[in-house]
Amino acid sequence: MLVIPKPPEILTETFPETVMTTLLQIHEPGETPALHEGEHDLAVGIDLGTTNSAVAISHDGRPEILPGEDGSFLVPSVAAYSEDTKALPLVGELARRALLEEPESVVSSIKRLMGRKAEDIKSLAGTLPFEPAVGQDGDEEGGMVRLKVRGRTLTPVEISADILRALKMRAETTLDHAVDRAVVTVPAYFDDAARTATRDAARLAGLEVLRLVNEPTAAALAYGLDKNAEGVFAVYDLGGGTFDVSLLRMEKGIFQVLATGGDAALGGDDFDHAIAEYFLAQRTEGNSSHALTRTEVKTALMSARLAKECLSSAQDGEWVIDTDGATTHHRLDRETYESLIVSFVERTTDICRHVIEDAGLAPEDVSGVVLVGGSTRVPLVRARVAELFGREPLADIDPDAVVALGAAIQAEALTIGSDSLLLDVTPLSLGIETMGKITEKVISRNTPIPVSKTQEFTTYQDGQTAMIIHVVQGEREMVSQNRSLARFELHGIPPMTAGAARVLVTFIIDADGLLTVSAREQTTGLEQHVEVKPSYGIREEDMARMLRESMEHAKSDMSERLLAEAQVDGERMLVALGAAFSADGDLCAEAERDHINRVVTHLRDAIAGADRDTIYARIAELDKVSCAFAERRMDRGIRKALEGKQVSELTEDDLSSGAGAGEDKKGDDIATAR
Amino acid sequence: MMDKAAKKLPSETSNGNGATNAMLPSDTVPSQPGAVEPMMPAGVNACWSCRGPVMAGDLFCSTCEAVQPPRPLDHFARLDLEPGFEIPSEELDRHYFDLQRKLHPDRFATKTSRERAISIALTADINTAYETLQDPVKRAITLLEMQGMTIHADGCNTMSDPVLLMEAMEQREALAEAKSLDAVEGIATVAGGEKANCLAELADAFGKNDLSTADRLTTRLKYLIKFEDELRTARARHSQAP
Repeated sequence: MLVIPKPPEILTETFPETVMTTLLQIHEPGETPALHEGEHDLAVGIDLGTTNSAVAISHDGRPEILPGEDGSFLVPSVAAYSEDTKALPLVGELARRALLEEPESVVSSIKRLMGRKAEDIKSLAGTLPFEPAVGQDGDEEGGMVRLKVRGRTLTPVEISADILRALKMRAETTLDHAVDRAVVTVPAYFDDAARTATRDAARLAGLEVLRLVNEPTAAALAYGLDKNAEGVFAVYDLGGGTFDVSLLRMEKGIFQVLATGGDAALGGDDFDHAIAEYFLAQRTEGNSSHALTRTEVKTALMSARLAKECLSSAQDGEWVIDTDGATTHHRLDRETYESLIVSFVERTTDICRHVIEDAGLAPEDVSGVVLVGGSTRVPLVRARVAELFGREPLADIDPDAVVALGAAIQAEALTIGSDSLLLDVTPLSLGIETMGKITEKVISRNTPIPVSKTQEFTTYQDGQTAMIIHVVQGEREMVSQNRSLARFELHGIPPMTAGAARVLVTFIIDADGLLTVSAREQTTGLEQHVEVKPSYGIREEDMARMLRESMEHAKSDMSERLLAEAQVDGERMLVALGAAFSADGDLCAEAERDHINRVVTHLRDAIAGADRDTIYARIAELDKVSCAFAERRMDRGIRKALEGKQVSELTEDDLSSGAGAGEDKKGDDIATAR
Repeated sequence: MMDKAAKKLPSETSNGNGATNAMLPSDTVPSQPGAVEPMMPAGVNACWSCRGPVMAGDLFCSTCEAVQPPRPLDHFARLDLEPGFEIPSEELDRHYFDLQRKLHPDRFATKTSRERAISIALTADINTAYETLQDPVKRAITLLEMQGMTIHADGCNTMSDPVLLMEAMEQREALAEAKSLDAVEGIATVAGGEKANCLAELADAFGKNDLSTADRLTTRLKYLIKFEDELRTARARHSQAP
């Protein structure tokens, strides 16, 4: 059942006029407002955080957070599930409040599990505010983590999708029309699996991800544009569960990431845990047989969080844990608190030092440090960052909002256009397993993306006809210490002596930081091509099922996207043909032109319709009827080019002209790969 | 970076399918084809979109404005630069940023899948060229390779020069014996001067097209840059000591 958004009259004052006009349109509940020309271009920016999330939109380079009906900017990243397995969960502040009363039906900090496999979370045991379901179906080797919540078994992707769906609905309520495209931010240090999981979650929520943008990069974009900052800046981003630091050079609208680093499992949650452990140790002091209950742990964590927030301004305080029939009092002063968390803070400054070194810079080369993430409110964090860089950090944009604002700016840039440009890097090295379980790096960390690298490998046994290609991500030398992303087999290598085969392995990282690996054997000229997208334990068929089950998009999601793609292709064809007529119209006799124009009209009609097969059929038809015209244009082009040359300079290639013979196939390869 | 020697290691048992659980790196393929560029018919290609003529070097079709797929180019030509060892970093950045502004995938987010794919391929090549030319050792190796020199497995020719070998050994020894941070800084100052000299001489050698000298100096530069890492480690060691 969908909650029908109410028209948000109270919010109109906070919005510029352009939005107001759309806000004032009133629609019948449940009726999707028809889109005006160009409005389907609307795209939002989403910061999907460990603790809190936010959604924003940008008009003319001015981003704004889209608030909830209560005026709140942040949506706690918490989902509460009810008995009714068909109902959407409660997401946000209300779910967060349910955390204490019904801990078993509430999920928080799910971001910590994005892209993790069941075996990965053993290392996180005890640090999670929920119990993973072990031994569920699909928990075979490499399977995804699943959580048991109120009788259902949920993946982190589905839970994140529920949070994203709530953000999408918030945006649709405030803007009063459908929002189906977004820029979603991820920690810069997220690996391929966690990025893919995030993109899949958005798909489940009915959002097309225009781009995954790294959180510190998004923050830099919002900050740099707002403050007209130029020079080298460090973005220090300490959130609830992740830490990132990026060094960027900002210059004339270009935001060039020089180096990035972080820890995908380090954040303010760790501070809470340290304080909670301290409280619980006091509570059980002198009574070592006291077994802690789940409620005690959750209550201690809540108190710890309050203590952390309070000690950002106060010097000390007292907290009470009153549960399970026992009341205990806990004093904590700033100094003790800081001693509990100092090791975490030092881990972040160590990572900063490495990143500065990776960029070939020194701390004094940095002209400003921007603080991002709620955990940068902790005074010890600010003090240590200031000490490291030798300057006071900047926090004049709300550290909780700046990432979503940057994402919104990027969403506008991708759909409407922009003068600024983000140039990002890959945070982790990628390689493949070679003999002795050693990682052979193919792409090193901090390489600008997109990137494509090819490396040649060979067989090591006589007659070997297949090869396992094991793709790993990480900085360590041994394969086992890095993250395994994908493993696939290349078959059909012709039997020959060891070392004679030539297998080319190509890694492509796109602008979202997502990897595609392909391998081809080419000794015999017979190319055998295998291509994989790394997965994170979710199977294609599971994803398809989840998409089907995500109710409001069951019918439309995929087909609408494919239709949009076909329409874009059709438009491109019309633009190209129109330009060709303007340039070489004289090469087309009237009868031929009439014929072409009839098919153009057919294609236009098809684009206005809703059938993608018809569009492609018309494109093919138009291609056919304009073929002779295209050939005459090529002949003229070649003749013109040759006129500029002396006959003696002509090479054989010039004379054996074949139109388009030299066209590079590189773009094609990728196109078919996608 | 581009070369990887085939390591002949003892074989491991393979499974029934003949699939093996590991691979050997063998001689590498440069990700960029060399300087040789196939001659197009009169330097004219057919645009993939409007199918009319496009001059071979054009990034966009002059008729229908469709972005054109990448061509095999050397790293200098890719960034629209004259081949040479001395490239001011501002000039390199300017060319790189100009191309990125036009060709980055962010500029094609709402275009056809084909244009998006072409943009990824183009900017991947531009990024590789930029990374290569930013690094003086890789830049020198690229120049040597473009002139037909063979560069060995570890990225440049082995340190067969006895003078160079001697210098390296003495420097390492001095660093190992350094007792204080000041002593390390002293060595660093000398090494920094050596590097600056080496870069100047290298520029001179390439200017005179003296390839064997350039080859030798490239090896030396590679060593001096590696020595900077060792200096960093030594510095960290001495600054931690009380």
